[in-house]
Amino acid sequence: MAERCAVIGVGQTKHDAKRIDVSMPGLVREAALRALADAGLGFADIDAVVIGKAPDMFEGVMMPELFLADALGCSGKPMLRVHTAGSVGGSTAIVAASLVQAGVHDRVLTVAYEKQSESNAMWALTVRIPFQQAVVAGAGGYFAPLIRAYIRRSGAPDDTGVRTALKDRTNALANPYAHLVFPGITFEQVASSPMLWDPIRYLETCPSSDGACAMVLASEKAAARAPGRPAWIHATAMKSEPTMFAGRDQVNPRAGRDCAAELYRKAGITNPRRDFDVAEIYVPFSWFEAMWMENLGFAAPNEGWKMVCEGATAMDGDMPVNCSGGVLSSNPIGASGMLRFAEAALQVRGQAGEHQIDGARRALGHAYGGGSQFFSMWVVASERP
Amino acid sequence: MRDVAIVSFAQAPNVRCETERNEVEMLMPVVAEALAASGIARGEIGFTVSGSCDYIAGQPFAFVSGIDAVGPWPPINESHVEMDGAFALYEAWLKIQSGEVDSALVYAFGKSSMGDIAEVLTLQLDPYTVAPLWPDAVSLAALQARVALDRSRVTERAMAEVAARSRRSAKANPNAQLRGDFDVDALLAEPYLVAPLRKHDCPPVTDGAAAVVLAAGELASRSCARPAWIRGIDHRIECHSLGARDLARSASTEIAGEKAGAFTGSFDVAELHAPFTHQELILCSALRMAPSVSVNPSGGALAANAVMVTGLIRLGEAAARIHAGDARRVLAHATSGPCLQQNLVCVMEA
Repeated sequence: MAERCAVIGVGQTKHDAKRIDVSMPGLVREAALRALADAGLGFADIDAVVIGKAPDMFEGVMMPELFLADALGCSGKPMLRVHTAGSVGGSTAIVAASLVQAGVHDRVLTVAYEKQSESNAMWALTVRIPFQQAVVAGAGGYFAPLIRAYIRRSGAPDDTGVRTALKDRTNALANPYAHLVFPGITFEQVASSPMLWDPIRYLETCPSSDGACAMVLASEKAAARAPGRPAWIHATAMKSEPTMFAGRDQVNPRAGRDCAAELYRKAGITNPRRDFDVAEIYVPFSWFEAMWMENLGFAAPNEGWKMVCEGATAMDGDMPVNCSGGVLSSNPIGASGMLRFAEAALQVRGQAGEHQIDGARRALGHAYGGGSQFFSMWVVASERP
Repeated sequence: MRDVAIVSFAQAPNVRCETERNEVEMLMPVVAEALAASGIARGEIGFTVSGSCDYIAGQPFAFVSGIDAVGPWPPINESHVEMDGAFALYEAWLKIQSGEVDSALVYAFGKSSMGDIAEVLTLQLDPYTVAPLWPDAVSLAALQARVALDRSRVTERAMAEVAARSRRSAKANPNAQLRGDFDVDALLAEPYLVAPLRKHDCPPVTDGAAAVVLAAGELASRSCARPAWIRGIDHRIECHSLGARDLARSASTEIAGEKAGAFTGSFDVAELHAPFTHQELILCSALRMAPSVSVNPSGGALAANAVMVTGLIRLGEAAARIHAGDARRVLAHATSGPCLQQNLVCVMEA
């Protein structure tokens, strides 16, 4: 059976629109060195590296893991490169965990990054190839119709998205690594910001960031020697479904529901809202918090918005979501999923600093990608499984 | 460790330019054939993982349409590596070793004909210091060949013999692209393409797709009369900077070979992922290959080289020798990156 696996080191960069002070190797090293320092280890202690990022066209480097191998101390070691669209940060951590769970290695460094200032992500997402309709809308244009469908379906009040955005932007003020920081931000500021893709306003949208995240994953034996408290991985799950077919529910995709169901079964979770102390979920546009609350089983269908409007997902609510400020505050696409997984680990290790939920013992990390057809999730806890 | 085996393998005919079918259409019959041969139903597969590269297709998210080839509904447990399919197979092997699943479908696809592959591969190089000089893949291989000629026992004749043998062997491979009888002296009389490489030292440009099914223990025995049991599998990367490596040897292959158990016992067959003739000689040396081993009976990468698929095909071809009862112990190798930067070695037994 699978070996136990724990997170013993977490590191991330300061996320920003343009990290012109570092190269790509410099960016991934910044996160990796912080994760190693947290774990009390050096590159020499690492058995293998698993790296992930979103499309190579974002930086214009084909399979960049090849040239990043040196910066990550990987010469002479195994290296894997994962790419599963926006969920990649999560899937990368899951592949890294499987190296430990399979009993192959004791200490694995996993890194995810994006340096979006190298290109225009909107362009990279809309390269037109023959015989295929180009979307030419970017992610916001793709997801806005799904949000409108959600509003029609659920009867959610118009300000649901504004509330999530205000909450996440307020939470980000307590996260020193966050990219977008608006001190003193108000409901009116969010609600009156320009409409980009109806109903998504400017301040309800994720930024385009340069940033990286890294974690050191360890076997039980190696975790016992770690200086800090480990975050034990209780379960991981990944699910994919086709991008398009008639009748596909893109608002509440089955792949997300199935992924959560498998995850909860493996981790022994029967009532997510009660069983989790905190969750970091992938919310690139404000309305997705309400939508994913339903998809993840925290709320009944068409009632996710109530959790937002009642303040349940706030830092002081009964189910705090995205205490770090989430994807709305920092979005280096390839790393955004791993940041969710890593922030969940920080919470159960008691190391989330100013945005720590007191006594958090069990946390959910969630990522999704593509047109909501790729999902990756994990459950981490302070107790051993 | 659990006993895990390759239980089936299928590939599309390797062709210079597949003009009739897109990647998904190339994959669909291949995936269907591999699944049918394993007897494992589509819905019973525990894990699906693929290898492909956006820069080959010339579009972001090339793998997204790829999964349409497996019909992922209801939703499936699925992942993707931006690497050759051989590395996807490694991820599948891990998943089975972790005990989460008992079977996996691995597939890879690539249409190198979509662009100028030698120039596209330039984008793999360090974007700050090397890529701006725009050295293409053939020129880099030529640099490596020069080092090998100067520093080791590699000769231009030995390289031409590799080319002639590979393309002669490919005559028995119905899926090979480049096959035939070539006279070594005639090959050596040809002009250089990029000195010291001649045209015969280089791989063809190929469109291809392949699929492999892996299964554990009892399920593997039920799925295949002669499963190809994976006894060792390991991969290593080395320094990217060409100037910091000894290009005449493959240090990462030596480590992967050691870890995979390539230096104990003998092999009937070795399928080596060597797109250039001198690279086969470097790999044979790194893996201490005995003269008795049949190297690349399929014709290898010199007979068909669908980038992102070639490595997985090596694993599949080697396993197929065991399935067919032609071999008892085989070695398969896959590579990635410029001048053999990253290498995977897999040892399989009947």
